[in-house]
Amino acid sequence: MSAARDLLFKGGRLIDPSSGLDGIGDLLVRDGKIESVGGAIAAPADATVIDCAGQVVSPGFIDVHAHLREPGREDVETIATGARSAAAGGFTAVCAMPNTDPVTDNQAAVGFVLKQGKAANAARVYPIGAISIGEKGERLAEFGEMVGAGAIAVSDDGKPVVSAQLMRTALEYARTFGIPVADHCEDPTLAEGGAMNEGLVSARLGLKGIPSEAEEIMAIRDILLARRTGGHVHLCHMSTRGSVELIRWGKDRNIRVTAEVCPHHLSLTEDEVEGYNTHAKMNPPLRSQDDVEALQQAVKDGTIDVIATDHAPHHYDEKEREFADAPNGIVGFETALAVNITWLVKPGIISVATLIDKMSCAPAKLFHLPGGSLRRGGAADITVFDPTREWKVEPSRFFTKGRNTPYTGRTLTGLVACTVVDGRIVHTVKG
Amino acid sequence: MTAPLGKDLLGLEQLTAGQINLILDTAVPLKEISERTIKKVPTLRGATIVNLFFEASTRTRISFEFAEKRMSADTVNVASAGSSVSKGETLVDTARNLEAMRIDMVVIRHPASGAAQFLAERIESNVINAGDGTHEHPTQGLLDLLTLRDHFGALAGKRVCLCGDVLHSRVARSNIWGLTKLGVEVAVCGPRSLLPNAIEDMGVKVFDRIEAAIEWADALNVLRLQLERMQAGYIPSLREYNRVFGVTRERLERAPRDVLILHPGPMNRGVEIDSDVADGPHSVILNQVTNGVAIRMAVLYLLSGNTPQLAEAAKGSA
Amino acid sequence: MPNSSSIVLSTRALERTVNRMADEIVERNDGTEGLVLVGIQRRGVQIAERIAARIEASEGVRVPLGALDITLYRDDLQTVGPRPVVGKTTLPIALDGLRVVIVDDVLFTGRTIRAALDELADFGRPARVGLAVLVDRGGRELPIQPDVVGTHVEAPAGARVDVFVKELDGKDEVVLTNGNHAGAAS
Repeated sequence: MSAARDLLFKGGRLIDPSSGLDGIGDLLVRDGKIESVGGAIAAPADATVIDCAGQVVSPGFIDVHAHLREPGREDVETIATGARSAAAGGFTAVCAMPNTDPVTDNQAAVGFVLKQGKAANAARVYPIGAISIGEKGERLAEFGEMVGAGAIAVSDDGKPVVSAQLMRTALEYARTFGIPVADHCEDPTLAEGGAMNEGLVSARLGLKGIPSEAEEIMAIRDILLARRTGGHVHLCHMSTRGSVELIRWGKDRNIRVTAEVCPHHLSLTEDEVEGYNTHAKMNPPLRSQDDVEALQQAVKDGTIDVIATDHAPHHYDEKEREFADAPNGIVGFETALAVNITWLVKPGIISVATLIDKMSCAPAKLFHLPGGSLRRGGAADITVFDPTREWKVEPSRFFTKGRNTPYTGRTLTGLVACTVVDGRIVHTVKG
Repeated sequence: MTAPLGKDLLGLEQLTAGQINLILDTAVPLKEISERTIKKVPTLRGATIVNLFFEASTRTRISFEFAEKRMSADTVNVASAGSSVSKGETLVDTARNLEAMRIDMVVIRHPASGAAQFLAERIESNVINAGDGTHEHPTQGLLDLLTLRDHFGALAGKRVCLCGDVLHSRVARSNIWGLTKLGVEVAVCGPRSLLPNAIEDMGVKVFDRIEAAIEWADALNVLRLQLERMQAGYIPSLREYNRVFGVTRERLERAPRDVLILHPGPMNRGVEIDSDVADGPHSVILNQVTNGVAIRMAVLYLLSGNTPQLAEAAKGSA
Repeated sequence: MPNSSSIVLSTRALERTVNRMADEIVERNDGTEGLVLVGIQRRGVQIAERIAARIEASEGVRVPLGALDITLYRDDLQTVGPRPVVGKTTLPIALDGLRVVIVDDVLFTGRTIRAALDELADFGRPARVGLAVLVDRGGRELPIQPDVVGTHVEAPAGARVDVFVKELDGKDEVVLTNGNHAGAAS
């Protein structure tokens, strides 16, 4: 399979933190590979020329944390709609969490996700296998076979690995296959029944709170187990200042800990819950302004390695209910870039190059995935975006089946213009 | 002039002191109706009110029902257990059905915090919160305020301590907002495991010892200790709770002044409050019950004037 | 047309009128036996008090006095917007078998009296109910007529008749105001 025509990206700002590239120039794609980068390139005959003036040409974004809901909840999202939504958000690859029904805990299930992902013909879909069979937290799933079938990491996401012994074994066993163990850090006894961040807002609204410590206790446990085992632990969706400090502590000691943060935790606070807004209900919950600022700084100083969406579509009527009963999660692909630019780049906290590192280069490197680079000869997974274009969030125009977002009606800055996977255009915006 | 109430009564947090006083002032003349031989005025004749109770409640439902009937409204009681996804229709479906039946007001009691607001945002009828989860119970807060005002006259500068399980108490939240807005100094007293972590940020004082609270307060509002809290491990035993936090006659007798005793009921005698206190000379627990009907009549009366169209028209002419 | 006001009853005239009304009430009821005065909130209450004082002065008997707030019995509550303030209703005794005289300041459409009759009925069954008003301004919308009238005023629909009493307003006076907009008081 190869693209029929060459693609020439003309006059864009080429940014590739993995090779230190940042400058105006052209980029030519041929046969699904990056043929040449930089300078002025004459358009080959038959080439499709994409005018990128005023735009950024970036290695395609990679999301290491997404819920595509298939198999099991195809009414909410399918791998096809999810991959298409991802492409619209500038993602050329997404990693599908295994908490589907049935759980992706064996090689056949991994193969299914991979097959549906290929058929989607949009963003690439990489399966993440479960740590434990059925995500029950009891017996290890067959990492070896799942990796053989195409799994790129393991996680019991949606649930924490409660047993420290099981987590220890998972880290040791995963090390054998060179894959990260991604953990959803949450002490279930502290978080039980919780619906939002514990604080003044939860006290006022009469909602049971989830204290920061529910996350932090598990984060430090995982870091210590990574130190003991030498395994690579990847901490999912970090949300508190305390977690940032613990990760920094681990990194200072060369422990193999990496961490991700979601756009919503970098932008919104628990105040969004006011009025019992179920679109602001997620796990981990939106925290305080102090936490948001700590996370922003952690992205800047490198304590946090990647930004991942935790894309979690729900049917509209599942969110249309009492707050405590509403499910957690928001859709993330199509607002991720704009939220990150609006809250991180525009205020001058990080540069566009750093953002590209967090959304593309670092995820590729940590999860050993292709892409994340504009180097000559590499896979032509490319995202073109306008970093200054403003647009209003209208969920009815989303490609995902989910409409659950707290950003509805907000004007954000940064629009994906074109997404290219394997040398083929999978998403483009006219005008 | 005080702004009238809005369409709904969801909590006391959103109300101004003026609006709270309007409700209390309206309740005062309404008390007399319950003393008549014919305990009924025609004010809400033809209005349909649904009492939607998703949680067991005897006294609040009865109090609302008396208030509605004394105002001549037609009432229907709907009792439904639980709100969980697995059981029956969702709250939004319930709301749509009520709307389709063209009812005028809904009184809702629900185990989920925010359920009253959820309903209010989806139907045009007036919604009265009769207790939502651990959020608010505004009519209880108002009747407590009225009872205190009946006794003390002006409330500003008085000291009221809420005793017990503040964490899970909607009565406590409504009291905290209502009392502080009327200039009352508010404190809470109870085991720290039953106080919200952020309680001091709500503008209240905290006492760890009931003796200190009694010494400080002009009135105690003793909250009901849900027996489930013990099973859930928030406190080790009811016996110890009574020993450490129980409001007893011995403790009250050591107080420098007479302390007024309120309790929202139903009481666990011998746990949070001893019988000789509940039945004692400084208890106004039955006055609270009497005031409850008047407060609910006042709320029904005041909200009944606030159909959205009329509120719009009133704005235009003001 | 700008508003033009004229005094219907001055302080002295008002006093004389109330005294005459008191005498007439006693006369019509054959004395004070079983007589109860019920003033309508708000200014009917003050007029009733003065009538009672006059009766006490002339007859040596203090007749029982009540106050009636008819707000909750109004027939226009669904159209008036924000709820009117509810006043106190206090009736001194059970009304069964008594001769009740309702006292109000101004009689206009008759709707207030209709509401008052409904409310009184909830307090028992008087032998007889009469009506005494300080001013009858005409314009009835219901078949209600007073037994005792202080004074008649021909007031067009847009005009206002305002009764001022010392206890609430600092002066005793009845004023007629011709205006373009409908009056508020009565």
